[in-house]
Amino acid sequence: MEKADDAGVYKISDDLALIQTVDFFTPIVDDPYAFGQIAVANALSDVYAMGGVPKTAMNLAAFPVKTMDFSMLRQIIEGGLDKLKEADVALVGGHSIEDTELKFGISVTGFVHPDKFWTNHGLKDGDRLILTKPLGSGIINTAIKGGMASEAIIHDITRVMSSLNRSASEAMREMLVHACTDITGFGLIGHMAEMMPGSGCSVKLQFSSIPVMKEAIEFASMGLVPAGAFKNREFRECMVEFSEKLGPVERDILFDPQTSGGLLFSVSEKDADLALEKLLAAGCSDSSVIGEVFSDTSEKIIVKP
Amino acid sequence: MAATVDARGLSCPQPVILTINEIKSGTDPEIIVLVDTETSQENVSRAAVSHGCTVSEVMQDNEGYRIIIKKEK
Repeated sequence: MEKADDAGVYKISDDLALIQTVDFFTPIVDDPYAFGQIAVANALSDVYAMGGVPKTAMNLAAFPVKTMDFSMLRQIIEGGLDKLKEADVALVGGHSIEDTELKFGISVTGFVHPDKFWTNHGLKDGDRLILTKPLGSGIINTAIKGGMASEAIIHDITRVMSSLNRSASEAMREMLVHACTDITGFGLIGHMAEMMPGSGCSVKLQFSSIPVMKEAIEFASMGLVPAGAFKNREFRECMVEFSEKLGPVERDILFDPQTSGGLLFSVSEKDADLALEKLLAAGCSDSSVIGEVFSDTSEKIIVKP
Repeated sequence: MAATVDARGLSCPQPVILTINEIKSGTDPEIIVLVDTETSQENVSRAAVSHGCTVSEVMQDNEGYRIIIKKEK
């Protein structure tokens, strides 16, 4: 593939291509089992975002052997393994090293049809954009780091981050998907922006239709916005036109870096209702049509209240 | 009197947490917060406003930002 995408694709035969990705990071929640689950859900997401089926995985772990109890690593790996089982992916090996800072993730190999995978390019005039998970995990993780989040919020955000994008990907398999990506570190605007170059289209997002965890709004107004959100804003602000009715907090939500965020689909207007119906029926209950694509060579993101 | 919170060199959310602690438990009517990134400056200013204070001044020099927060009586 000539453009940057969610995972690497290598054609083996006319009806089979290999799809590969790798991702690992430092803990975002205190519970080691939950961290393992989130790390795996996050890494598998790149394969789901391309319409592929993940098959095998390998663990990657960096562990501070001298300062941390080894049972921590065991619990992280258990969390990851349970998530892999849920995804019907076989763990076939792994590698760990000693490091001063704990890190965990996996490499993933999967299959996809070489003519049928979804790229993040292909927006078409009139398309509708559908997002499958709520935004706000970067801000809420910052609040957790600051000791400001309640147990109930930690529980909710853990559930959102550790839920697989598998059902969303499978629900859309029979649909004509023009473009798809998963929302992670660059935030909604950053990943949206990556879909646009060369499309000859701009997009109009409706803020009120975008699923957002309500605690994220509360924490952002308290100043618990991660540095990544500011970096994302600095980088992409030039291509966004915000309605004056949207304040700094709402804007930050759209730049907030997500951990294991949802899938963002672009489908034709006539397919949008059916696509949303399928996603909701598959249990992706936060799914929502968040905006539309229109022909415009300025390739801008317009955000309405 | 003014209390000073030196949050230079700290990454988010620490400057915000230190500021909120000072707003909640400090006795001085004015708080001066020192930070060294634009991110921390915005976050600390926002934290002050959300806790019922006003940001009376933000000064920038080559060492970072100096935020003057006034507590409401």
